[in-house]
Amino acid sequence: MVGFFDRMLGRNRDESSANKAKERLKFVLVHDRINLPPEQLKMMKEEILQVISKYVSIAGDQVEIALEQHDRNDNRLIAEVPFSRRIDLEDVEDEAERNLFNDHNYETRPNRSINPEAYDDDAIDDSEAT
Amino acid sequence: MGAKIITVTSGKGGVGKTTTTANLGIAMAKLNKRVVVIDADIGLRNLDVVMGLENRIVYDLVDVVEGRCKLRQAMIKHKLFPDLYLIPAAQTRDKTAISPSDMVQIANQLRKEFDFIFIDSPAGIERGFRNALAPADEVLIVTNPEVSAVRDADRIIGLIEAAKKGPARLILNRMKINMVKRGEMLSPEDVTDILAIGIIGIVPEDEAVVPASNTGVPVTLNENSRAGLAFTNIARRLNGENVPLMSLENSGGFLQRISRLFAGKSG
Repeated sequence: MVGFFDRMLGRNRDESSANKAKERLKFVLVHDRINLPPEQLKMMKEEILQVISKYVSIAGDQVEIALEQHDRNDNRLIAEVPFSRRIDLEDVEDEAERNLFNDHNYETRPNRSINPEAYDDDAIDDSEAT
Repeated sequence: MGAKIITVTSGKGGVGKTTTTANLGIAMAKLNKRVVVIDADIGLRNLDVVMGLENRIVYDLVDVVEGRCKLRQAMIKHKLFPDLYLIPAAQTRDKTAISPSDMVQIANQLRKEFDFIFIDSPAGIERGFRNALAPADEVLIVTNPEVSAVRDADRIIGLIEAAKKGPARLILNRMKINMVKRGEMLSPEDVTDILAIGIIGIVPEDEAVVPASNTGVPVTLNENSRAGLAFTNIARRLNGENVPLMSLENSGGFLQRISRLFAGKSG
């Protein structure tokens, strides 16, 4: 993932001015092509992060959200959002859920995992599927 | 069927649209095709001087549109090629003097009697560009291996697609192979990679181009000019021939890759 972002953001070893031109052009063109004003792009990124931070605690200074383009009509918003753990409120809810499981009350939560292990802090990294 | 109408455009000014149009006209005439070149840059006419025909102008494109002369009367025959004509732009008017539908009408009148019609578009993305684009069957985008020219080319490509005139093809002009080798200039592969567009020709930087425009004798008429050969090759490709991309001197590996790219895109 880091390597991918290095490439995307032009952090690679070729220091020639031709390569700089290429990387700068790629950056400029992806923004030219989507025709989304910079302030709206910024708002969109902020709102995305607000949503994510309702569930997990984000390491704000390491967040990278960037546009990527494979060709003119294939735009992607690629986000790398490192986070440490669930926020505390969620942990409390987990405790409540675990108690429910201990009471063999499964049928009240038919759509949830019945495995309490899945709620351990260490197990929360399904998010790599970005 | 009739003529194929090819618009030469770029977005950015100064990349070599007019030089390219003049040379493609000459190159196509050398291939014994019947050709008209139209200067659509109303108010900033230049195709006439680049082709050495400036002192023969009586009527121009706007005179035709406004009915002051017949189309034939505005067509200036080239000195060397009896089947090559120029329709000059008006110099004292502006681009609002003609409309896209005027251009379509004029092009359709010419279609029956010619094989190729080249339209030299003005720089920019406004009315003049729209006029030049309207009758196009095919669009060629001239760019230089520089950030600003490539960025503007990309904008133009988007507009051409939106107008359903694509896919356009690229002419990479003023290529300096030695600078590419030193990593000081975008390579043809870099540019086609960024723009995601097929390339129809690479024109090397050539000191013969300026003397050619000084004298009004396009460089394609100079048998020793590499730029002239590149324009001739582009004309042959437009004419349906399968001409491999010129190997620029001591070209190394990247041109082979470009050749493959070209072969792929041109099918």
